[in-house]
Amino acid sequence: MRNVSKSFAGIEVLREVCLNVAHGQTVSVLGPSGSGKSTLLRCINWLEEPDSGEILIAGVRIGVRADGKTHMPDRELARMRARIGMVFQSFNLWPHLSVIENVTEAPIHVLGMAEDEAIGRAEKLLEKVGIGEKRDAYPYVLSGGQKQRVGIARALAMNPEVILFDEPTSALDPELVGEVLAAMRALAEEGMTMVVVTHEMAFAREVSDEIVFIDQGCVVERQAPEAFFDRPQTARARQFLSRYT
Amino acid sequence: MNKWEILWNHREMILGGFKSTLVLFGVSAIAAFLLSSLIVLAIRTGRAPFGRVVRGVVDGMRMLPFLIYAYLLYYGLPSLGIRFDAWTAGFIALITYHAAYFAEILRGTWATLSTGQAEAARAHGFTTFMMYRRIILPQLVLRAAPVLGNQVIICLKDTAFLSIITVRELTAAASAVQSQYFIPFEAFIVAIGLYWLTSMLIEALVARLGFAAERKGLGYKLAAVRR
Repeated sequence: MRNVSKSFAGIEVLREVCLNVAHGQTVSVLGPSGSGKSTLLRCINWLEEPDSGEILIAGVRIGVRADGKTHMPDRELARMRARIGMVFQSFNLWPHLSVIENVTEAPIHVLGMAEDEAIGRAEKLLEKVGIGEKRDAYPYVLSGGQKQRVGIARALAMNPEVILFDEPTSALDPELVGEVLAAMRALAEEGMTMVVVTHEMAFAREVSDEIVFIDQGCVVERQAPEAFFDRPQTARARQFLSRYT
Repeated sequence: MNKWEILWNHREMILGGFKSTLVLFGVSAIAAFLLSSLIVLAIRTGRAPFGRVVRGVVDGMRMLPFLIYAYLLYYGLPSLGIRFDAWTAGFIALITYHAAYFAEILRGTWATLSTGQAEAARAHGFTTFMMYRRIILPQLVLRAAPVLGNQVIICLKDTAFLSIITVRELTAAASAVQSQYFIPFEAFIVAIGLYWLTSMLIEALVARLGFAAERKGLGYKLAAVRR
């Protein structure tokens, strides 16, 4: 991500943000509320269109045609997004579909996977995140933690090259946070490339390869987790961290 | 001859009219629904002037009395050199008029869906059309089932207006028999009974959609309880 800027109604939310996530890395994006963390994440898969700057996924620019000006056609943009998983703060499961259908929907109808294969893979993924027994339930009966684990399985089912997590535990009761973090920790250990916007400091410290701290739309610090948490370089980061200890 | 016997003797005429009513209604309701799905997609995702124009046409249509619209198509258009036979004019009237109403129902229901679901679909690689077909539209139908069912019944009853533009459907058949033998009460009771029967079948279908919606937690009852 190079020099990405974005404003909403004249208010600059991101200013010339640069971010680089290497394959297999987990990068956590920290910062106060309203600092632009979610917007940053949503620019990566073009749910928000940046005003300027460019975003490359494995070397290919997203959202814009090769000429750098005109919009990518709907179909092409969809194809690129299919390679980027996303897990949302408010889960955003599809309520008319059962758990297993939520996980197989995109692989069957976007990737064109055979139904049997998609179901087999979905069952394995649901086992992996620990909700195999909820296979045929509808989302409205699930707890927040269960919903979010379905959300993770749904993203994984697309075999993405990177998964974006947008405050995945912020809408959960404290006692349900653990089960979601455990699923994410397992993914990070397997070498999944992850960009995580979170307020879970302990998790960020333990799992991340790099911490990106942003404030008022600017990247203020980027460091290895130990360095960031133990020896923050800027006053702004120190102030931010002091609220969590 | 007993009045009911007269009707029985003309059963072929009445059942023929009933069959025409069912064809008019069935084809129109399905076509109107498909058309309305496209209209709503155009309103919600079409480029700026196009979506607004479609919305304007829909609103204009909804403000038109159905009978006058049917008159206009059958009796009015020939003066502009456009001539339809009665059935074609009838189909066009039913389909476009009810598509406008279906579209308004779907559009209003769409406004109540969380935007997050659509975002999730986009993030998982759905094109706009696929997202609409697989994620949005099924939910619109489930959530709006009772209101859509109501509109389908109105569509059934609007077929009766077509008797006035010479389509020989159920109302026209009942009307023909009663005016020949002066048995308006009996003839219209039979017609009403057949409209009722069809409406009850529609209601049964809508109820099944309602059950499906409730099973998924999208029904009105459950939604009320959860709040």
